[in-house]
Amino acid sequence: MAKKLMKGCEAIGEAAIKAGCKLFFGYPITPQNEIPEYMAHRLPQVGGTFVQAESEVAASNMIYGAAGSGERVFTSSSSPGISLMQEGISYIAGSELPVVIVNIMRAGPGLGGILPSQSDYFQATKGGGHGDYRLLVLAPWSVQEAADLMQDAFDLADYYRNPVMVLGDGLIGQMMEPVEFKAERTPCKPLPPKAWVATGCSGDRPTNIINSLFLDPEVLERHNQKLKAKYDLMVRDEVRCASYGTDRPYEVLVVAYGTVARVCSTALDDLREDGVGAALFRPITLFPFPYAELRAAAENARAVLVVELSTGQMIEDVRLALEGSRPIHFLGRQGGMLISPEAVSERVSAISAGLPEEVRHG
Amino acid sequence: MAETVVFARPQALAPVPTHYCPGCTHGVIHRLVAEVVDELGLAHRTVGIAPVGCSVLAYNYFSTDFQEAAHGRAPAVATGVKRARPDLIVFAYQGDGDLASIGMAEIVHCANRGEKITVVFVNNAIYGMTGGQMAPTTLPGQVTTTCPLGRDVSQVGYPIRVAELLATLRTPAFVARAAVHTPLHAVTAKEMLRRAFRYQAEGTCFSLVEVLSTCPTNWGMPPVEATEWVEKNMVPYYPLGVFKTPDGLDRAPRPAPATEG
Ligand SMILES: Cc1ncc(C[n+]2csc(CCOP(=O)(O)OP(=O)(O)O)c2C)c(N)n1
Ligand code: SF4
Ligand SMILES: [Mg+2]
Repeated sequence: MAKKLMKGCEAIGEAAIKAGCKLFFGYPITPQNEIPEYMAHRLPQVGGTFVQAESEVAASNMIYGAAGSGERVFTSSSSPGISLMQEGISYIAGSELPVVIVNIMRAGPGLGGILPSQSDYFQATKGGGHGDYRLLVLAPWSVQEAADLMQDAFDLADYYRNPVMVLGDGLIGQMMEPVEFKAERTPCKPLPPKAWVATGCSGDRPTNIINSLFLDPEVLERHNQKLKAKYDLMVRDEVRCASYGTDRPYEVLVVAYGTVARVCSTALDDLREDGVGAALFRPITLFPFPYAELRAAAENARAVLVVELSTGQMIEDVRLALEGSRPIHFLGRQGGMLISPEAVSERVSAISAGLPEEVRHG
Repeated sequence: MAETVVFARPQALAPVPTHYCPGCTHGVIHRLVAEVVDELGLAHRTVGIAPVGCSVLAYNYFSTDFQEAAHGRAPAVATGVKRARPDLIVFAYQGDGDLASIGMAEIVHCANRGEKITVVFVNNAIYGMTGGQMAPTTLPGQVTTTCPLGRDVSQVGYPIRVAELLATLRTPAFVARAAVHTPLHAVTAKEMLRRAFRYQAEGTCFSLVEVLSTCPTNWGMPPVEATEWVEKNMVPYYPLGVFKTPDGLDRAPRPAPATEG
């Protein structure tokens, strides 16, 4: 199919439709309104259903209900709305249902602002709602990758029977880039039959019950361990990451995800012209986090620089990956302020010239 | 010669320009609330609760203390303030998405508990702040960005008449609907607001005044046309008047207009 210029939000919506998703439930919030608006216009054209929920609490419970019928379903929101969805997300994870959730992050906490941010990393990767569960989290850095990951998200959700989150920021949602959708797409995972759906039982099988209540602690523990085994499989099989400039010698390894990694890659080009050796490591899955891959990439570097639109969240996973083996520096902006390639180059140059590691608390 | 002031900014209104679009009546409603608070001598003990919506910055526009609530939760926040300090005059200012969609549970239970607060409910039949999506109050057939073919009542139901709905609750309350698209309507709206605040000041009951408001920007029409749109389309569906008073003399709702299907 020919390339088409699309806004990130629209590409995400179209990708869902290409993945066979015919159901959307959501509640308006900036900066992702173009997703529900796109679905409101597009879904009726393909025989699908768009429902504007009365709140994100309701939206998250609507996708829970829809997913229980085995249909592909997604919702999208931005940070404050995602906080409200945590109830539904926890129940969805506990009941092992496949859904896709898009979070186009804006700056917080509280009402915060409407500009791009990466301040929901902890919420996305470390739980968010109550209980012992994980989301599979995908972080695109371009509109094309958002479209690709969005389609994969449905396959991964179905395969693992687990919620998958596509985590972007206001930039990914609003920027326009050429996107190509393959005419024939093969799912990225084999799609198991959905024998578990609660769609009516005529007596030919035991009734199917979608549920996360297990009052017997032994039974609940077994359920927790079953979920854990699933997350372990994700850790083994689903790690995705990319690196740039690692084929030449480098002193400083920059670690960033999403659109921030795009900014960093521009900085790398500038640095190369100035003769400073730097490379970029970009996690694409945030859970599972590419610990081993990052450790390997850092072995060739003297120091690591983590760049985030937060006060430092992913840096904790970078620390876990490196286990103190390299000095770790941090560059962050907050509140919707962006990081320029110049700021990254400047910091990398300073580190390469011997800037000591900052002592960070927490 | 001594000067006579015939028109001045109410004390309870902060001396700042607002960010509202030209022709938006949020500002008129702010002014009426401020005038009433002044005239009843309540400003010094009034706490406003701002919503999430175009009036999110209401805390900058009144010169009373304020708390900013999460989307839809203003009645719960107001409950907290009032229960902690019953001597305060607490009012929540909410839009129709805020109150009638995400915050429907909070408003119903706040009214049902009979919290002695005042709610100023601004119904402009749309989500203004987020760029014109369908609200629970969007009229049948009205086009918004999330009902691009017009509100289809067979799929999303009819617009919710909040004043009528809350008037069905058994707990005593003052519930009224007013409009501000002409000076005469604004005078009546102010009278309704005065009654609402007085009931609170006297410790009588929960009070809510629904005010029909314009959103020329997201309705996609110039201001004058927007005021005509209120008269022509909103008033027939949302009749003006008092729906409930604490003495139990509930006004029988008018019969629904025939056009509603
Ligand atoms: C939890 C949450 N969801 C969504 C939003 C985004 N949001 C901001 S204002 C608004 C709607 C406001 O509409 P309304 O209450 O009708 O007020 P108006 O702007 O029309 O005055 C929404 C959905 C938010 N801030 N928080
Ligand atoms: S968008 Fe609508 S409600 Fe908001 S300030 Fe403008 S006219 Fe008023
Ligand atoms: Mg509104």
